[in-house]
Amino acid sequence: MALVAAACGGDDDAAASATQTGQATQAQAEEEAQAALSGTIEIAGSSTVFPIAEAWAEEFGLATDGVHVNVASIGSGAGFERFCNGETDITNASRAMHASEEEICDANGVAFIEIPVAFDGLTVSVNVNNDWVDYLTVEELAKIFGPTGFAVTWADVRPGWPDTRISIFSPGSDSGTFDYFSDVVNGEEGVQRTDNTQFSEDDNVLVQGINGEAGAVGYFGFAYFINNQDRIRAVPIDPGAGAVRPTIETIESGAYAPLSRPLFIYAKVASLSRPEVKAFVEWALTTGRVLVDDPSVGYVQLPGALYEASLARIAAGNPTGALMASAPEDATLADIFIE
Amino acid sequence: MAARQSAPQGTSLREICVGLWRDRLNPSRGGTGRETPLGHAVHLLLFLSATLGALVTVGIVFVLIFETVEFFGVIGLGTFFGDTVWSPLIAVFNETTGELESRFGIWALIWGTVLVAAIAVVVAVPVGLLAAIFLSEYAPPRLHAVLKPVLEVLAGVPTVVYGYFALLFVTPIVQDLLPATTIFNALSAGIVMGVMIIPMISSLSEDAFSAVPQSLREGSYAMGATRMETALRVILPAALSGVIASIILATSRAIGETMIVTVAAGQNPNFLASPLEAIQTMTAFIVQVSLGDTPAGSIEARTLFAVAMTLFVMTLAMNLIATYVRGRFREQYE
Repeated sequence: MALVAAACGGDDDAAASATQTGQATQAQAEEEAQAALSGTIEIAGSSTVFPIAEAWAEEFGLATDGVHVNVASIGSGAGFERFCNGETDITNASRAMHASEEEICDANGVAFIEIPVAFDGLTVSVNVNNDWVDYLTVEELAKIFGPTGFAVTWADVRPGWPDTRISIFSPGSDSGTFDYFSDVVNGEEGVQRTDNTQFSEDDNVLVQGINGEAGAVGYFGFAYFINNQDRIRAVPIDPGAGAVRPTIETIESGAYAPLSRPLFIYAKVASLSRPEVKAFVEWALTTGRVLVDDPSVGYVQLPGALYEASLARIAAGNPTGALMASAPEDATLADIFIE
Repeated sequence: MAARQSAPQGTSLREICVGLWRDRLNPSRGGTGRETPLGHAVHLLLFLSATLGALVTVGIVFVLIFETVEFFGVIGLGTFFGDTVWSPLIAVFNETTGELESRFGIWALIWGTVLVAAIAVVVAVPVGLLAAIFLSEYAPPRLHAVLKPVLEVLAGVPTVVYGYFALLFVTPIVQDLLPATTIFNALSAGIVMGVMIIPMISSLSEDAFSAVPQSLREGSYAMGATRMETALRVILPAALSGVIASIILATSRAIGETMIVTVAAGQNPNFLASPLEAIQTMTAFIVQVSLGDTPAGSIEARTLFAVAMTLFVMTLAMNLIATYVRGRFREQYE
């Protein structure tokens, strides 16, 4: 209720103050219009995208007087569920929306725009005292994490490695990171071994676990590695053409394969008609872009053209539907999002 | 403003007291319908307060039963109690059929729960009992006046604090002593949980010791017994029913404890795991599922209620046993 009331209140004032400053530069006018906004923006979803959304929420909150941005970290799948029920304005996702989820959105009349916001290099990490793992191939990852892998000690993964017991720390089944990793490594989404494994939706718990055991291994978004570099060690991944370490450069170039992936936000079209929501999303994709690769966040910016394409869609207010879900397997982000 | 408001409140409280006092003085009191209106209002208030608690309990039990029946309509009792692998959210590879399937073997969670609770009881019973004997039989009144409240503060520490104490302080020590220990493990959680329930055992046991008539002590001393002989051979047996009841209640508390095990014991349902390994308790599973967003009405969500029902039955049974023991084995000295 507060949302609706606040949204109605802000509109005229913002327009009026923008008109009054006709002689000022456009940037100043925008700033003033922004400062006059009010309302509450509800965001939920992926724990991986959470650091980006949180940084945006903070900075945008500072730039405006009356806008509150609530960001909840509940996992991509859970985020889509709330979003398609119409409970949130924006949902964060570390994997693209499925066709099955789009159907629920459609059934509830929730039209939305799919917006890629960053690249992530899903990072496999081990304990800092683990001095034997130099790199892991995708097949070796499957031996560790696959439902039929059955590697109990590191010696089972590659001959010559010590027979230290493997302890796995993994994002839980509500996590888009889990969905993406299991799809790429284990060949089927949602499938992973469960013995010797601790699942947690809290990535900080995973970092804690890997930090505490010599034989530990786990995975999460690049940001959690960047912010805990002194506590855990990232493992270079060999997709078959040589081992590549996850860095901002290798993630951006796509050399860090197959664990590089795009991160998304989904904005409800109905919410974008509220000035504060529209201003937030437009601000995030222009000024807020730099926060994506801010060290405190730790992801990688997309090429500018992708942000521009999304901004054009937001300006037009055209729902996109789940573009990723219907795109062919080998299509790039540019193929899908830039006409 | 607060001061201005307090005056009428004080008056009304006084009025109630006076009303009650008049009721008391009224010789025809006791259901003859001659209570003052104020007395009726107070009676009604007291009645509502008493029934509210009971109604909430009935409501909880009703929801538990309803959802549990729905669960067992899909997952058979045989699957629930006949399997030792717990993985309702993520499919597990079945070696015999070669297929992936969810598993609902509650024993993995029961094992974790009982293991941690057992460690806690092993820690808490000796310490708690000895503390109770000291407080009741040895401590001079001044020391008693300081020690008892301080000991009881242990019960008031927020359990999440205990959880991180176990994870960040106790676990590294245990890992130093026993290098095979994993970061999340049942042992640290159990030890810290034991510390948490010490005051339950010491306070309730001390109450039981204090209830033993002074004449028994005096008789024992008159026979030439030392203080220790009196405490262990006369007082302890006489108060045994209260002591056992306190241990059972503390165990029940340990089984239901949530935050310590969620933070420090891990999320790894593991039947017959050793105390040095990660386990998952029933309460920690409930937290894990609640943190994510399992769709309401799905079998995964109903799993929560089946686990909660199992937990409820276990703690209820413990509490009933405690009540029975206290009543059945009480030694009467009148």
